[in-house]
Order: sequence, then structure tokens, then C-alpha cells
Amino acid sequence: MPLYRDEAVVLRVQKLGEADRIVTLLTRKHGRVRAVGKGVRRTTSKFGASLEPGSHIEVQLHSRMPDGAHPPGSQRGLDLVTQTESLGAYGAQLASDYSRWTAVSAICETTERLTEEGEPALRLYLLIVGALRALVERVHPSGLILDAFLIRAMSNAGWEPALTECAKCSAPGPHTAFNVPAGGAMCENCRPTGSARPQRESVELMVALLGGDWTAADASNEPARRETSGLVAAHLQWHLERGLRSLPLVDRS
Amino acid sequence: MMYEGAVQDLIDELGRLPGVGPKSAQRIAFYLLASEQVDVERLASTLIRVKNDVKFCSICGNVSESEQCRICTDTRRDPTIICVVEEPKDVLAVERTREFRGRYHVLGGAISPIDGVGPDDLRIRELLVRLRDGVVTELILATDPNLEGEATATYLARMINPMGLTVTRLASGLPVGGDLEYADEVTLGRAFSGRRRVD
Ligand SMILES: [Zn+2]
Ligand SMILES: [Zn+2]
Repeated sequence: MPLYRDEAVVLRVQKLGEADRIVTLLTRKHGRVRAVGKGVRRTTSKFGASLEPGSHIEVQLHSRMPDGAHPPGSQRGLDLVTQTESLGAYGAQLASDYSRWTAVSAICETTERLTEEGEPALRLYLLIVGALRALVERVHPSGLILDAFLIRAMSNAGWEPALTECAKCSAPGPHTAFNVPAGGAMCENCRPTGSARPQRESVELMVALLGGDWTAADASNEPARRETSGLVAAHLQWHLERGLRSLPLVDRS
Repeated sequence: MMYEGAVQDLIDELGRLPGVGPKSAQRIAFYLLASEQVDVERLASTLIRVKNDVKFCSICGNVSESEQCRICTDTRRDPTIICVVEEPKDVLAVERTREFRGRYHVLGGAISPIDGVGPDDLRIRELLVRLRDGVVTELILATDPNLEGEATATYLARMINPMGLTVTRLASGLPVGGDLEYADEVTLGRAFSGRRRVD
């Protein structure tokens, strides 16, 4: 399989040498792929703006290594980007909107951290494409789109916070205690000391974001949104080994 | 593959340089190992000299051999216009166009949340200090024509516009995706003279 085509979202770009770039892609069928874009940083590059973070592209890649040539765990060689076609320059459309741009960064970094090289992650792929498109279409506040993405991505990773029933004994809620290490909402019997006491509206907002109930989410109030962002971020950081660098830099103004 | 002691240390150090992967680090290390003693010593002393002698201008952040750089101390340069760039090498790129007679401000990079670089990691506070006395009337945002550069310019414009200065951005003749330093003089010069106001 020296040449292959796929759809992809550009998650991260890094400078390489004089004018090249290493791009980290989440492809639809081939999972996360790291590849070199030759000459991308020259202003005459044929790739134009397609190899920028947040771009949705159709890409042709040249695999440097035939399948199975690597012992498990060894570092895979970098593929080479040979052709791109833009399906949506979402990142480029959002770079002039600082709040939305920082949300794109957090979405891309989370996606990178929740995927493995070469392992297809179709649901997450569809989630990120949907989130980027929603940011561009501006039908919802960017903070809500980001938190909806994060909570669904966590759910997809098996870390869905308990919201409507107790995280420990499954007693039906609503519960007023919330404990991140314990897995979410907790009943009065199970709640460890020091658990948070979020407003009822915040837990309801998380339910709405998880279930895609945008009517309810858009109707939420500002304090609930702020608290939800905090809880979602805390829940995500708890499950990731290292903290996300972009999340504290998200502009929520 | 791990080597012993000093060789591996060298490979590790080289591997920390931007754009140098493990394979290149190994190749450079063995190249140095096979080089003449005098060549390696010259390289080592240049590295130390650059760190000891070259400083950053206390006003604009450009590399300088003294406390203030030559552009900041040149009285023939227009003190009312500041061109904001990401890196010292961008100052050279703009100087080559001969289109610009004002002064510079070097940010030291671009905002890139995914790399953990936020506004507080750049020389933005220093820029605001320079704008305080009202001498500067125009700010040209000449960050790289890529997304980080665009986002950085957006952030700065949002912050500085309310201060009543004219904030301009280079004309869009520069293709998106590139580094400022790779724009040829003519294109960059044209982008300068055709700069537009950002609101
Ligand atoms: Zn319980
Ligand atoms: Zn200076």
C-alpha cells in the first residue's frame, strides 16, 4: 500500500527543517497518521492552506513503510503527503475569531490525545468534523460546542461522567453532589467528603450537551455554562495522563 | 539503538533542536565525531559566543549586540509606526523590502494553544508599554501568513483597536500557509504598501 487516499482532519502542524511541515492527521479510515508536507511553508506551496490545523481535507499519502514491516511498538516512519483537496478550511475560517480559534485548538489537541497512530476512530472522526463545522456555522456559542465535543469524546473513550444516576450505586437522580475521581454525580450515601455541589442547571446542561439537545443547551444561563466548562475540563484532565495545554488557553469571553 | 555516554548525550541534545528528528540527530552527531578537532571547536565557541554576546534589544526584542538595537536607536526611523513580527528573522525579511521606515516589535513567536503558547508567553505586555505615551499612531501586524499568525494578529487587533491607534494587516497578496521569511521581496513589499485596516 504505497499510495493511499483518505479523508482527514489536520490536528497539528510542526515546522520541519527549512520549509517543510510535519502534520498530524486524523483520517477517516486509517486512524491517526503523521506525515510530511514538503515545501508547505513556502509561499508558493501547492498545498496552500490545506495543511493547516482544523482543515478538513481529502488527502493522498505515500506510505514510507509497507504494512507489517514494523515490529509492534517500534516507531512508524512518517508518510508523505502527495496531494490534498480542501473539503472545508474550518481552521482558516476561524483564525480571525479568537474565541473560536482557541476552541479549535482544544478540540484538535483532545482528538490527538484520544487516538492512537494507525487505529481507526470513526466515531471520534465524525465528532470532530461535526464540531468544526458547527464552529464555522456559528449556530451555537463556541464554548458550548467545545464542551459538547469534549463530553461526547469522553463518552466515546469510555469515560462518560455519570449525570442522571449515582456514579457508584446507580441510584436514580437528580443528585446534588459531583465527584470527578468517583466518576460524576453521586447520591448522598455514596458521596465522598469534598465533593462539588454544582447547580442543578449545570448538570442538566451536561445532559443536554451529551445528548445533543441544543434547544436546552442554547437556553442555559451563563453561570451554568461556566460551571459546566469547569466540570467537563476537570473530568477530562482526570482521565488524561498529562494535562491538555490548550484547554487553559481557551478564550471564553 | 542507544549509544554510550557522551555520544548518546550529544544525540539527545541535537534531538531537542527544532526540526531535528532522532535520525538527523544521529547523523549530525556522527558527522561531528568524524570532523576535524578545529572545526568542532570553532562551532562550540560560536555557540557559546552567541549566547554570551548576542542579546535582545530591551525595546523591540530583536537580536542586538547592545542593550538597544540599531533600528531602535536610529533617529531617522519613523517612531510613529511599529511593525509587529513574530521572530527576529522576520525583521530582516521586512528590511529587505526597503518599504518600511518605522520601528519593529518582535513578539518571540505566535499564539499556539496546542503548543501551550498563550498571549502571556509573548512580548505583548512590552508592546502595550510602548504604546502608552501616544507617540505611535499606526501598528502594522506582520505576523506570518498562517493560522497561528492570523490568530495572533486577531488577538492583538482586538486588544489594541480600542486604544484609538490605526491597526493594519499586510495585504492578502501573501498566500496563506507560509512563513513571512519565504515571501520574496517584491511580494512582501507589495503586501506592505497595500496593507489594510483591521477593525
Ligand atoms: Zn450512590
Ligand atoms: Zn530594538
